[in-house]
Amino acid sequence: PCRTCCRAPPGAAAAMNCRAEVLEVSVEGRQVEEAMLAVLHTVLLHRSTGKFHYKKEGTYSIGTVGTQDVDCDFIDFAYVRVSSEELDRALRKAVGEFKDALRSSGSDGMGQISLEFYQKKKSRWPFSDECIPWELWTIKVNVVNLANEQERQICREKVGEKLCEKIINIVEVMNRHEYLPKMPTQSEVDNVFDTSLKDVQPYLYKISYQITDSLGTSVTTTMRRLIKDTLAL
Amino acid sequence: MLPYAMDTDLSSQDRKDLDKFIKFFALKTVQVIVQARLGEKICTRSSSSPTGSDWFNLAIKDIPEVTHEAKKALAGQLPAVGRSMCVEISLKTSEGDSMELEIWCLEMNEKCDKEIKVSYTVYNRLSLLLKSLLAITRVTPAYRLSRKQGHEYVILYRIYFGEVQLSGLGEGFQTVRVGTVGTPVGTITLSCAYRINLAFMSTRQFERTPPIMGIIIDHFVDRPYPSSSPMHPCNYRAGEDNGAVYPSVEDSQEVCTTSFSTSPPSQCVFTVTKTHFQTPPPVVTDTLKVPVMGLAFSHQPAALGVGSADMGYPVLFAGGLNAAHPHQLIGPGKEGGVPPIPSQPAHGTQADQERMCTPLDGVHYSAATPSSSEDTETVSNSSEGKCGSPHDLLETIFIRKVGAFVNKPINQVTMANLDIPFAMFAPKNVELEDNDPMVNPPDSPETESPLQGSLHSEGSSGSSTGNTHDDFVMIDFKPAFSKDDILPMDLGTFYREFQNPPQLSSLSIDIGAQSMAEDLDSLPEKLAVHEKNVKEFDAFVETLQ
Repeated sequence: PCRTCCRAPPGAAAAMNCRAEVLEVSVEGRQVEEAMLAVLHTVLLHRSTGKFHYKKEGTYSIGTVGTQDVDCDFIDFAYVRVSSEELDRALRKAVGEFKDALRSSGSDGMGQISLEFYQKKKSRWPFSDECIPWELWTIKVNVVNLANEQERQICREKVGEKLCEKIINIVEVMNRHEYLPKMPTQSEVDNVFDTSLKDVQPYLYKISYQITDSLGTSVTTTMRRLIKDTLAL
Repeated sequence: MLPYAMDTDLSSQDRKDLDKFIKFFALKTVQVIVQARLGEKICTRSSSSPTGSDWFNLAIKDIPEVTHEAKKALAGQLPAVGRSMCVEISLKTSEGDSMELEIWCLEMNEKCDKEIKVSYTVYNRLSLLLKSLLAITRVTPAYRLSRKQGHEYVILYRIYFGEVQLSGLGEGFQTVRVGTVGTPVGTITLSCAYRINLAFMSTRQFERTPPIMGIIIDHFVDRPYPSSSPMHPCNYRAGEDNGAVYPSVEDSQEVCTTSFSTSPPSQCVFTVTKTHFQTPPPVVTDTLKVPVMGLAFSHQPAALGVGSADMGYPVLFAGGLNAAHPHQLIGPGKEGGVPPIPSQPAHGTQADQERMCTPLDGVHYSAATPSSSEDTETVSNSSEGKCGSPHDLLETIFIRKVGAFVNKPINQVTMANLDIPFAMFAPKNVELEDNDPMVNPPDSPETESPLQGSLHSEGSSGSSTGNTHDDFVMIDFKPAFSKDDILPMDLGTFYREFQNPPQLSSLSIDIGAQSMAEDLDSLPEKLAVHEKNVKEFDAFVETLQ
């Protein structure tokens, strides 16, 4: 797998053929993690396959993806995620950082977290490989502060309902069967899929986030590359 | 097999593949939907090496009964135009009221995509559609209801093939589309129509039993079409989970202890309901879920005279509850957690409900389980975790739950339609019910209420007072647990002793009158004291907010 950082082509976010979806949620501070995980896992459920096993003739077989239910503790909500501890850890790490950044920014609690699926395009030396995004999911988060337990209880239910709507939205987008990278040959598979996980194979993705300060400008942009070497192995 | 006009573009191999994909997709769809309504969390493992048997590269278990039902409904056909496969999810309460919650439809329309590659693109898109189905099944209102089933209601499923029938969903039902997949022979569409009236009822309301009856009755719909296929409970578990039967017995003990606490009745009841029945009991009890349902708790605990402070509660609570729930039964549906309702003439509404909750009888168990001894030892031992033969336990549970039925028609309808694993123990409705203390309670306190009659199935006891007791067998109440060797008193004795406590002295008229005069005199003093401390009280209230 390519370990060098991908150079994004100019205007990557507005690149052609990259469809962008934006979801917005208002949550209480302690609900941020679960809400983000619910959305990210739902997207990755649809964007992960079993591990490919290439055979001699150029054909391949695909492993099996297991799924499991996750109940949220702070939201009246449950979602399904891929049964892969590695993937779950990676997402939790990213979401944890996002949550910490939100909290420590001292802002009104607004930010967004993005999940970008990209393809790698090899370039000749001295240029590094290009990362071409083909799907971008952005979740805009607005953190609210609640005064008492009663409001929190209502918030649990409301956010649960909102997340149900988001899941339906995500599924709608997935169902459009729009552009997906072509299934790669064995030599190309690492340009399309993240093959570093041992049990499932998501499309290559990266997660980034931005915190918005009270002036509405973006204060920090952190790029995180979530492949094998960023996980604590 | 499929009546498509133009299929010349499709090679015969592709056509065969496509038919196979559609067939297994239909079967997997049913599995996903039913499993999502089992009331428990599903977890399957990913496997990097392909096993070759996991259709659509997804680990979806196949519950044999569900596959069987699906194949029966399909009868060798595949979804086609005008012939849709539908999975109907409905809710059935302990009262026998049922309500359709959702209809999942797998349909085929005529829009063909000739260009698409069957073995590759169609297959992968079907896999994606199944993933979407997994996600969407957790998002409709019925999911949360199904996670809390087991006690007051159960979730049932029914598969039928043909025209979609949405009329049972009530007005204003909503639809969510899970997805579509175009194929050379038509476009497969998967969608769900769900009732939204339930959306106004948070699942918490289902835990608080009073509202449920009113709402359910409002929404009770007479089925316009007689069920062409039987309803099944969504609690099937594959046979390998036999070992899981036993823990449920332990739960019942906790149930009982909780119900004796001195906490206010509402907390008592719901705590128990929530903590111990979030996961529905497994295996055999599951298969009998339809008979079992709705052994809701009543608020007996506080009425057991555990503390004089609690005596106040039953009246208030009973009042509200009685109106809404004349048919509430005590019973966790597990071993022995059934305190009899004390007969307290002073609490009028309380008395109305007493007779409903005849304790589940130990001897009754033994009658049903040939291999167990005369008394409840088998059962009580089991409840302590020393299980007798698994068979005994299973049979015991089975019979008790059946016995807990009050409504005969339920028995007949549902039992007939169920694939009962222990069919030989299935009650022949007549003979067992006569001996069943739940249905025909032993004759004891004179203060019977007319309500009692209404609680019992029309077939068996009918009238409200003593006449029906001719058929009854006087059975000694032997609780299934908590035989205390140290004290000579066991739980049953305790109950009997406390069933008729003496009336509160403060409630007797003459003493009451005296003390009232005293109270009135001391009122001004007390008021003055309270007024002095007004600031303190206010500060206290502030801290509560």
